[in-house]
Amino acid sequence: MTLPLVALDALDCAIVNTLQRGFPLTPRPYADAAVALDIDEATLLARLRSLLDRGVLTRFGPLFQIERAGGRFVLCACHAPADRLEAVIAAINAHDEVAHHYERAHHLNLWFVLAVGRAGDVAAALARIEADADVPVLAFPKEREYHVNLYLPATPHAA
Amino acid sequence: MPHDPDAIDRALIRATQAGLPLVAAPYAALGERLGITEREVIARLSAMQAGGVLRRIGAVPNHYALGWRANGMTVWDVDDVAVDALGERVGALPFVSHCYRRPRRLPDWPYNLFAMVHARTREEAAPLVAQIAAALGGACRSHDVLWSTRILKKTGLRLARDG
Repeated sequence: MTLPLVALDALDCAIVNTLQRGFPLTPRPYADAAVALDIDEATLLARLRSLLDRGVLTRFGPLFQIERAGGRFVLCACHAPADRLEAVIAAINAHDEVAHHYERAHHLNLWFVLAVGRAGDVAAALARIEADADVPVLAFPKEREYHVNLYLPATPHAA
Repeated sequence: MPHDPDAIDRALIRATQAGLPLVAAPYAALGERLGITEREVIARLSAMQAGGVLRRIGAVPNHYALGWRANGMTVWDVDDVAVDALGERVGALPFVSHCYRRPRRLPDWPYNLFAMVHARTREEAAPLVAQIAAALGGACRSHDVLWSTRILKKTGLRLARDG
């Protein structure tokens, strides 16, 4: 899933950058968003499909802060030994509760985020993942959130 | 304004968590699927947004594809007395996308402050990490940077049917 650089033209970038910040809650939201981009609705829909197909966007839609509705996000980490790395990754990823998962250069080489609809479901999900992946998992629940605002601008480039 | 999602809100979350329909009238399409009107879909999403359950509707990029190759989780062992004031300061740095206090896991993991930084190369990221170190000053005992080497999954929230 770590993609090579994908060619992006100026319009792709304008779409990615504008729509990272938000999208209208109106009956024809693509048409309304297209006006701001100086294109038409059909062009915006076609470009979004292409950006998703090419893996430039992993998703287009609502981002829920499920903790405001009784759920939890929990950062977790484990050490997967080199000879079992891919099997451990597959076992972790098989769980729907795993929302994000990154390999990192550290003894704790796998870092993933659990997302559950009810706070009380965290422990059971963790236990299932530990059992399936057959590695001890450390949980790093957030104690305090100081800042969250991810905005990564796209700039035009060739592949 | 707190907002407690009911069963229909949760059905709406499940219907959209993988993505908004790519059709001209996506909220009408969702309403049809859930047996409610387009107006109600928009009203419910608006209420969830006002209550913070919905952060925003938007595009989620694969940052590697955009050229953001150096994604570092910087982690810091900061004096407990000072960590909250310093966490606010680090979180306010314009290049820090997420900043949290988390529990230490001694003896292996002494770090209690986590701050994500993104750059095109590790060389470009180095001065950003140095700025965090400068902001923390003497209250920080040690730190590390865990660079991501692969995105293994990035689906986001997937509520189960009974979730």
